[in-house]
Amino acid sequence: MSARDRTRNWLLGIWSAAALLYLFIPVFLIVLFSFNDNKGRFNFTWQGFTLDHWAHPFRDPDLAKALVTSLEIAALTTLGAVALGTFLALALTRYRFRGRGPANFAVFLPMATPEVVLGASLLAMFLVVGIDTGFWTIVIAHIMFTVSYVVVTVRARLEGMDPFIEEAAQDLGAGVWTTFFKVTFPMIAPGVVAAAVLAAAISIDDYVVTSFNAGQTQTFPLFIFGATRQGVPAEVNVLGTMLLLGVLVLMGLNLLVQKALNRRDRGIAAEPPSGTPTQAELEPAAA
Amino acid sequence: MVANESLVADQTRDVSGDGEPDIRLTRVTKRFGDVLVIDDLDLEIERGAFYALLGPSGCGKTTTLRMIGGFELPTEGVVRLGGTEVTNAPPHKRDVNTVFQSYALFPHLTIEKNVAFGLERKRVSKSEVKARVAEALETVQLPHLAKRKPAQLSGGQQQRVALARALVNRPRALLLDEPLGALDLRLRRQLQVELKRIQQEVGITFIHVTHDQEEAMSMADTIAVMNRGKIEQAGSATDLYERPTTAFVAKFLGISNLVDAEIGATDGTMARVTTHDGAPLLAPANRCAEHAGTPVRIGVRPEKVRLSKQGEPVASDRNVLRGRVVLSSFLGVSLQYVIETAGGEELTVYCQNEDGVAPDAFGAGQEVQLSWDPRHTFVVARGDDGD
Repeated sequence: MSARDRTRNWLLGIWSAAALLYLFIPVFLIVLFSFNDNKGRFNFTWQGFTLDHWAHPFRDPDLAKALVTSLEIAALTTLGAVALGTFLALALTRYRFRGRGPANFAVFLPMATPEVVLGASLLAMFLVVGIDTGFWTIVIAHIMFTVSYVVVTVRARLEGMDPFIEEAAQDLGAGVWTTFFKVTFPMIAPGVVAAAVLAAAISIDDYVVTSFNAGQTQTFPLFIFGATRQGVPAEVNVLGTMLLLGVLVLMGLNLLVQKALNRRDRGIAAEPPSGTPTQAELEPAAA
Repeated sequence: MVANESLVADQTRDVSGDGEPDIRLTRVTKRFGDVLVIDDLDLEIERGAFYALLGPSGCGKTTTLRMIGGFELPTEGVVRLGGTEVTNAPPHKRDVNTVFQSYALFPHLTIEKNVAFGLERKRVSKSEVKARVAEALETVQLPHLAKRKPAQLSGGQQQRVALARALVNRPRALLLDEPLGALDLRLRRQLQVELKRIQQEVGITFIHVTHDQEEAMSMADTIAVMNRGKIEQAGSATDLYERPTTAFVAKFLGISNLVDAEIGATDGTMARVTTHDGAPLLAPANRCAEHAGTPVRIGVRPEKVRLSKQGEPVASDRNVLRGRVVLSSFLGVSLQYVIETAGGEELTVYCQNEDGVAPDAFGAGQEVQLSWDPRHTFVVARGDDGD
C-alpha cells in the first residue's frame, strides 16, 4: 500500500467520522439530557447527573397515555399498511391490467406530496364526509401514507424473484392461496418484515399529518410538541430514549430476520450475505 | 443405414394410432393483443412419445407448451389431455408437470421438500411421500443432496432436481421448456443422454421445447419444426433431414443446397425435373406429387453428393450438375467444398476422406461435376423461404 493510498484512507475515515458525528450529536444529546438533574421547567442546560427521571418516566399520566396511544396506532398502521401494501405490490408486479401504469405512478404520490398538504386535505375529507377526527382517523391517515413505503419495499423483493417459481408451484398442484402462503410469502418475507419496521417507525414519529387529524387524541409527538410551549419535562427525553432503543431493537430484529431468511435460502454452508447497505456500513472502513 | 431408411420410409409414414392420443391440440390460435403467436395449430402426441418442438426463438414453441401446461389460455381452439378437455383449466388442475428453463426451484425449501411439494398438495400419505421422493432422487442420481438447499447445488444438479420434482408426481406428460438451455455444452450432452434414459425408464410422454436441432434430433422420436406459429413439418429425425417438405425445414436442419426447378412428366417412381438453367434431373415422384403445377426448389444434402472431374464418365442413372470449385477446406474426417453451379447457386459438398486425398484434390477454380442418387433429391415449395 502506497503512502498516497494510506493518506487517502485516513482522510476518508476522518470525513466519515465527521459525517457520523453530525448525525449522532443530536441523538446523543437527547439521551444525555434524560440524565440531567434540571431545576425548573426547562431541560436545556446541564445541571448535574441524576437517575430520577428514569425512576419515574411515567410520572406525567398524559405523557404515558400519549405514548401508549402512539404505540397502538403504530401497531394498527403496520398491520393495515402491510396487508394492503403487500397485495398491492403483488398486483402491480404479477398482473397486467388496464391502468397498471397509472397505478404504479399513483403509489408514489403520497410519498411525493408535502405532508402539510396531505394532512390538510385528509382533514378536509373527514370534515366533508362527517367523520369526527380522533384515534381512528389517525390510523386511517397513517395507513394511507405508509402503504406507499410498503409497496415500494415489497415490490423490490418481488421484482427480484423468478416469476416461474410461482408457476412451478401451481404446476405442482398448488392453488392461488397455497401458492401464496407456501411459496410467494416465504420468499418475499424479508421485504415484508423490512416494510413493517419502516411503517411502524414512520407512524410512531409522524407529527404533521397527525396534528391535522388527531382531534382530541394525543400522540407522543403531539404531546412533546405541546409540552415545549410550557417547558419540556426531562421525562420526554427518557421516553424519547426508550423509543429510540425500541426502534433500534426493531431494526436489530429486522437485521436478524433478514440474515436468518438469507441463511434459509442459501443452506447451511452459506456464503457471506451479499452486501446489503447496512452490512456495508457496519464494516469498518479501515479494514 | 440412415440413407436407406430414408428411401423406404416415404410409404410407411403414417403411424396408425388407435384410440385417443395423449395430448391433442385442435385448431388452437393464440394472440397476445394484436400479435398472432400461434396460428391455427393442430398437434397430436402419442402416449409415451419423446416429442420435440423445435424452432427458432419467437416461433411459438414455448407458447404451445405453456398452453398445454395451462399457463397460457388459447384464444381459440381446444386442448385435450387423454381425451379430457382442459382448454381453460388452471395449471394445478392438469395432469402434466413442467420443467422450467430457469428450474424455478423453491429457494427456501430443501431439495427433499422441493421434490415432495407436488405430492403434499395431493395429500399423499407421509410414508409414501418419503418413499417416492427417495425414489425420484435416486432416478436423477442425487439422493445424497436431499437435505441441501437449491442455492448450494450446481446448475446441472438443480436441473436434475427440477426433473425429479416433476417426475415424482407421475404425470401424464412432462413438459420441458429448454431444460438444458442454461448449461454448458459438455453438461448439456451428458444430460441429453440422461434425459433420454429416464424417459425410457419411466415411460412418460415427454414434450421437449428446444431451438437446438442437434438436441432435438438426438433425443426425440418425433420432432415438430415450428415457424411463425405453425408446425412446418412433423416426423422422425430422418424424415425431417432426408425428406424436408418446406425450405424452412430444409434449412433449419442442416445445409440444404436448394435449386429452383420445374416439375415435368412422371416416369415410374421418378419425376423429371428441370432446373432454372435447364439441367435435367430426376426426383422421387411421390415427393413431387403435392407440388404439381407450382414453382418448386429441389435440394440435396451435402454428404449425398459426389464430385468428379469435368468430363469423367458418371453413371447414367445419377443426377448431375456442373460447377466450379469456389472453396475447399480440409476438415480431417472430411473435405468441405463450396461449388458454384452453372446456374449460379453455391452448393456445399462433403466428401469423406476415404483414401487420404490431398486437400487440393479439387482446388479452387477447378471445373467439376456434382452427382447424386436421384432418390436423395427432396422437393420444397418455392417462394416460402421462411427466412
